[in-house]
Amino acid sequence: MIRVLLAFLAALIALPLSAQDTMPPAPYAYNQLDDPALEAKATALMHTLRCLKCQSQSIADSDAPMAGDMRHQVRSRILAGESPAQIRAWLVARYGDYVSYTPTVSASTWPLFAIPALLILIVAAVLLRRLGRRRADAGDAS
Amino acid sequence: MRSRLFLWVPLALFAFFAGLAGYMLTQDKTEFVESAMIGQSLPDFALKPAFDGLPGAARSDLVGGQPRLLNIWASWCLPCIAEAPQLEALQAQGVEIVGIAIRDRPEDVANFLARHGNPYTRIGADDISEVQLAIGSSGVPETFVIDAAGVIRYQHIGDIRESDIPILLAELEKAR
Repeated sequence: MIRVLLAFLAALIALPLSAQDTMPPAPYAYNQLDDPALEAKATALMHTLRCLKCQSQSIADSDAPMAGDMRHQVRSRILAGESPAQIRAWLVARYGDYVSYTPTVSASTWPLFAIPALLILIVAAVLLRRLGRRRADAGDAS
Repeated sequence: MRSRLFLWVPLALFAFFAGLAGYMLTQDKTEFVESAMIGQSLPDFALKPAFDGLPGAARSDLVGGQPRLLNIWASWCLPCIAEAPQLEALQAQGVEIVGIAIRDRPEDVANFLARHGNPYTRIGADDISEVQLAIGSSGVPETFVIDAAGVIRYQHIGDIRESDIPILLAELEKAR
């Protein structure tokens, strides 16, 4: 009986599937900056940076050790006086546009911005022509 | 009649996108994020020794002389165990390998090297992944070819398999 119970208990212990480090997090991984204005700036930026280990989360959302290390970079760089745009550029220079959730117009993304604008223009032109024709018809009838 | 055919265009577009989505679902997805630092100069860094058996690592240790391998690894990383014999094979071919241990403890590093062999001349301890982030590496293990001028020439993502050794030797030769 006791053996069965022990086996049940053993089954309840969750062991990590893959090894993770046991080191303490970086100083600014989970600690906010003292200045609320700087912390707000850092947090806003962290919500728009992709976690590289857990790619559908931002580094603000993720508990992966690497995301903590990235938050440390963001907060310590903000503290050192860098602007959010500079920090984003620093990361993009290392990981490409992929690391940033903020869309940018580039050689490969311009159709995403151009096509909707083009479609709106086409629809507007069609609509104007139709409305113009109907008005002309109405004018004939009266 | 012509306008009737025109009505099928939206459906055809929808079918095209549904087909495209279905096709893409069957394709392999790469989770790898490649470094954008290939061809760039290795950023400056100086890391303390990862354990007391080997010196730490700095940028100046990777510059000059022969091209070297910069191996990003950790004792808690399982693929790094699989990679260990391949690194030893590269070392046996005369390649100098400088290690950077990510978020690691000295006793764990020493244990790992005692169990799986030591192919490194130096290992720096990167406790907050700062050098890893500075060179655009997004995981362990990763291996970079650094030429004599300190330029990052090549990145290998994931553990080095036996079949990767000729590729790395060729990249080291190219970096000469």
